[in-house]
Amino acid sequence: MQKTLNNKAWFMVLPVLFIVALNAIVPLMTVVNYSVQDTFGNNLFFFEGTRWFSEVLASERFHDSLLRQFFFTFTILVIEVPLGVGIALTMPRRGFWSSVCLVLMALPLLIPWNVVGAMWNIYALPDIGLLGYGLNWLGIPFDYTQQPVSAWFTVILMDVWHWTSLVVLLAYAGLRSIDDNYYRAAQIDGASRWAVFRYIQLPKMKHVLTIAILLRFMDSFMIYTEPFVLTGGGPGNATTVLSIDLVKAALGEFNLGVAAAMSIIYFLMTLLVCWLFYTLITQGEKK
Amino acid sequence: MKHRRWLVPTLYILFLMLPVYWLLNMSFKTTNEILGGFSWFPADFTVDSYVKILTDPTWYMGYVNSIIYVVLNTVISVSFALPAAYAFSRYRFLGDKHLFFWLLTNRMAPPAVFALPFLQLYSAMGLFDTHLAVALSHCLFNIPLAVWILEGFISGVPREIDETAYLDGYSFPRFFTKIFMPLIGSGIGVTAFFCFMFSWVELLLAKTLTSVEAKPIAAVMTRTASTSGYELGLLAAAGVLTIVPGAIVIYFVRNYIAKGFAMGRV
Repeated sequence: MQKTLNNKAWFMVLPVLFIVALNAIVPLMTVVNYSVQDTFGNNLFFFEGTRWFSEVLASERFHDSLLRQFFFTFTILVIEVPLGVGIALTMPRRGFWSSVCLVLMALPLLIPWNVVGAMWNIYALPDIGLLGYGLNWLGIPFDYTQQPVSAWFTVILMDVWHWTSLVVLLAYAGLRSIDDNYYRAAQIDGASRWAVFRYIQLPKMKHVLTIAILLRFMDSFMIYTEPFVLTGGGPGNATTVLSIDLVKAALGEFNLGVAAAMSIIYFLMTLLVCWLFYTLITQGEKK
Repeated sequence: MKHRRWLVPTLYILFLMLPVYWLLNMSFKTTNEILGGFSWFPADFTVDSYVKILTDPTWYMGYVNSIIYVVLNTVISVSFALPAAYAFSRYRFLGDKHLFFWLLTNRMAPPAVFALPFLQLYSAMGLFDTHLAVALSHCLFNIPLAVWILEGFISGVPREIDETAYLDGYSFPRFFTKIFMPLIGSGIGVTAFFCFMFSWVELLLAKTLTSVEAKPIAAVMTRTASTSGYELGLLAAAGVLTIVPGAIVIYFVRNYIAKGFAMGRV
């Protein structure tokens, strides 16, 4: 479909542009300002150039939280994407039961994030929570307030609980768009279950899966509330991911310069990855 | 293999429901019983926590505040995004691709980065502690999402419809509201659902931008938990009540979720 060239269309975009720019550009410029200045109070600011940036980039603390962030994002993607696809494949395709499944599965997506954190906080307590009590009952020593391994296990399990449904919903929508004739043709050809998946279902889901991975990447990369409520970044700094560290620096220690420089590095990283994904998606559409 | 297909979704739903059950279970216990030890069912069944929340204004106003700014945000996001999505879908214009990507990047901006500057910005505008401030700040990630989803739906409507309407002498605003919007009704529904969802669950900005008048339920929960020495029963009941609006919304859009995704951008 050929689009017509019409620069007046700008007027239709203008309201959106205005409101998003207000929210995006003004705060971003504030952050940029902080990142190159130092203050001793009284609203006196001194230009510092790139000092904060080099300080942050060289600090071990930043490297550690970045590493933890990548570990977290990578782990949940590896678990959630195949799991979500698997569940979508086995879900009833239509009728009453598919509605039941959809409603129940979408439920975790609509629970406020701090409630998710508080819920898992209690659920995983070793003495009164079902998960913690159950694991200890099975003879597995589990205490997420003391052991880093347990804390990581809980944070990851919580994210799988919270977000796998998004992948399921997207994959399910992709599967629904496949015409029944494809399956009939596959049956006539005597295609195996794997062949049906590989050559019919996977190509149809490719686009939705890219979006699922993109959304999960972005959201897990800026995750804050749930792990903060669940573990507070602890025990020690074991589960301090990037945004928790950032808020600690900005509001806890009031290190505005460092926090701002961190924000910008953080933002640029997200931007880079999103640009990569975006190019991938739009190229896929052109084909 | 075939007859065991239902096992996977069933186990998954069980896994999803267990923490919810635990929360529900606790909300009917007294705090003493919760701290007393592990038990599958409340021995001393009580609805005191719910009664307290639904009768105490400091509690239930939290829900009212949250719902006000969420609805406000949904209305703003959808009505602003509609013309923009139409423009992106139908026309080429100077810098359209760059603009679209720039919008998307805002969906990716971590709220943790923006919390502090937002506080300064909205204080300077005199909007601190109003529902409007929270609703506007949530536009940062909801408008790009709304434009993205709506653009997909609008591209699914053939251009011929627009052209026929113009030939029939419809003016643009009349065509848009009378013909076009009913055509993409389910798309608007799905978009509104997603805006509602992301505004309802986001709390970092909502908490930062409010203090008394527009305090969201999340902030009420944390305060009560810390001042009165962790009343777990009350906290659990409040948690259960935050799930209710979401559950109602899902129930209404259940048939559109999958369909909407399939028709839209996805």
